[in-house]
Amino acid sequence: MALKGLDIFKLTPKTNCKECGSPTCMAFSMKVAQGAVDISKCPHMSEEAMAALSEATAPPMKTIKVGTGDAEYTLGGETVLARHEKTFVSKPRFAVRVTPDMDVDAALAEANKVDYDRIGERMHAEMVYVECNGDAAAFVEAVKKVTGKGKTLVLACKDADAVKAALDVCKDEKPIVNGADASNYEKMVEIAKEAGVVLGVSGKDINELYDTTAAIEKLGYKELVLDTTGATIKETFATTVQVRRACLAKEPDRTFGYPSIVNLSKVAPDDEAMQIALASVFILKYGSIIVMDTMNYARGLALYGLRQNVYTDPQKPMKVEPGIYPLNGADENSVVLTTVDFALTYFVVSGELERSGVPCNLVISDAGGLSVLTAWAAGKLSSTSVAKFIKEEVEPKIKSRKLIIPGKVAVLKGDIEAKLEGWQVIVAPNEAVQLVKFLKDLQANGEI
Amino acid sequence: MPFNGKSGKFNASINAVEVGCGEKALKIGGENVLPFYTFDAPIENSPKVGVMISDLGLEGEPAGVKAYYEGCTTMADIAKKAAAMPGADFVCLKLEGADPNGKDKSVEDCMAVVKEVVDAVDVPLVIAGCKNVAKDADLLTKASEVAQGKNAIILAAKEEDYKGIGAAAGLAYNQKVGAESAVDINLAKQLNVLISQLGVAPSNIVMNVGTATVGYGFEYVVSTMDRIKAAALSQDDKQLQMPIITPVADEAWNVKEAMASEEDMPEWGAQEARGVGMEVSTAASVLASGSNAVILKHPTSVATISKMIKELM
Repeated sequence: MALKGLDIFKLTPKTNCKECGSPTCMAFSMKVAQGAVDISKCPHMSEEAMAALSEATAPPMKTIKVGTGDAEYTLGGETVLARHEKTFVSKPRFAVRVTPDMDVDAALAEANKVDYDRIGERMHAEMVYVECNGDAAAFVEAVKKVTGKGKTLVLACKDADAVKAALDVCKDEKPIVNGADASNYEKMVEIAKEAGVVLGVSGKDINELYDTTAAIEKLGYKELVLDTTGATIKETFATTVQVRRACLAKEPDRTFGYPSIVNLSKVAPDDEAMQIALASVFILKYGSIIVMDTMNYARGLALYGLRQNVYTDPQKPMKVEPGIYPLNGADENSVVLTTVDFALTYFVVSGELERSGVPCNLVISDAGGLSVLTAWAAGKLSSTSVAKFIKEEVEPKIKSRKLIIPGKVAVLKGDIEAKLEGWQVIVAPNEAVQLVKFLKDLQANGEI
Repeated sequence: MPFNGKSGKFNASINAVEVGCGEKALKIGGENVLPFYTFDAPIENSPKVGVMISDLGLEGEPAGVKAYYEGCTTMADIAKKAAAMPGADFVCLKLEGADPNGKDKSVEDCMAVVKEVVDAVDVPLVIAGCKNVAKDADLLTKASEVAQGKNAIILAAKEEDYKGIGAAAGLAYNQKVGAESAVDINLAKQLNVLISQLGVAPSNIVMNVGTATVGYGFEYVVSTMDRIKAAALSQDDKQLQMPIITPVADEAWNVKEAMASEEDMPEWGAQEARGVGMEVSTAASVLASGSNAVILKHPTSVATISKMIKELM
């Protein structure tokens, strides 16, 4: 049953105390009505109001937190099936699979080679998926090796005793125990409850997964993730999509309102290209934790780029940090180019500059994350903004006094020169693709 | 109580478009569910994979691509080898040599290549221009004529040149018109309307709604395709029910991740593996968003994506 924001507003204290994180009670009520926040975020609701509301307004998909400290991640909490309807909120996380018979340290070191920053976001494999192969002691040894490494652990094990022993080692790091199924769920719930960790549920097909999840909810445990991996790629896709679709339907089926685990090492073993292809599909279609053989740049450059794109809020442009980006081994004497902080512009421009091989300093000033012409039209890219940024940030660090501005704002040349004493302003071509030739020509003519 | 899932089958469907002729002819489109949602209703025509070849031959191609075509000396050899690539359903000949900013080959020279390729292969063909609007208008009009009888997709008619290319391909020479727009649902629809108004039947139009490589503003591609499929299927918008074909190879192999050499980026590892990664990730993503066909170039990518499609169908 959907409640309107106004119905909820009537039950709030209407004090606009902001303790819920929203600016006003009205704003809070609207968010609750959309399923974006939970009603319990308001500390001043009366108990009767709470009881009346919490069932009706609970978000259809639970938000589950796993891990601790820097390795704490939020999964789930989605409200839409397609990003253009609103936005996706919890990006999928990548887990590297290890088994006790592998050299676990080496596997971890290999995956850790991928750790870089892309537009303000750290890109690395956030989780380790430790898979038990029957030998409880070896499993615990493997878990020991990955504990304390800044990764969130997923313990893939159905043997209650082995899980208990492993939890003794790592439960403070809030791992996920991916081990409950129709045969053992009562015991597993007990263990997970006691350790205070999230429990992963699986089933031989979608119906068994559904029944087991319902049974676990009846036992009062709702800190769950659903392992939607099936016997085949086709079944895995079908289950993952149907689970998400059921909980975000008009009449939500909250039994399926949990994040998912998709294990590509199981359905596409030892096939790197296939794992990249499938991971891409599951980034778009409803994977919350994606398990792969390893992480390397061939996988990561594509998958992290895709994830970052798809999990941006459509209402907020992707921005790069303002600053000076030296390219092609540039130093303080290299020519300065400037453009806006819209991520797409930055990527296209910096890519072309790198292709030119000409050492240069790319200066990005704050333009509200808009493209060149839009920023100029909105007054966020002006001779004043450029001159101010150059004076404050660039002049103390860079000795070159040659500035190249985007061709689309050639009109700014005169004003910038007037405001920046001692600088020579050069106008670049209109399109980024023309930059390579443009820079090479300037270099050949000795102008830069 | 078992799970009671509702089917997401729609009453409307995507047009099924036949490409090529004879035994090797294939159909793209025709589905009435979202991409790969075979659990809602069967998808009769699986998405198809094409192999891109260029009139410039193998110059500048990655080692794995060169190795595959080893021993090929003529365009006919290359085309035959492309048609035989494991996983390939069709071949796309790109006339990039015609580009006035590049080799600037004459239209006549290019037509000789088209003729050679048309005569060499019996799989369905896509003929793509050089992306220069002025040159393409002439180039693709002539190509429609030279490839007469092949029922090929002519890629592409854009807003600026759709009249000539649309009329030649779609009316005079019985080819399929590829309608290319730039990642925007309204532009895609508008171009379909314009081409239909020329008299081209909707069953003779396929769309290239534009793409980017993953990581490069790809969210626009996902949302454009998602919205097109939603409009076509749930609102029965006839002007958006054309199947989508997406050339991936050109984009994916032209980004830094695929082009940076191992000397420049030692920590990134093997260059070719990165290129394949960008190509398969982009291809899998556009297929999951609604493309009915993709155009790739690396043998590993073609084999992987074709296998993925089979597994998901």
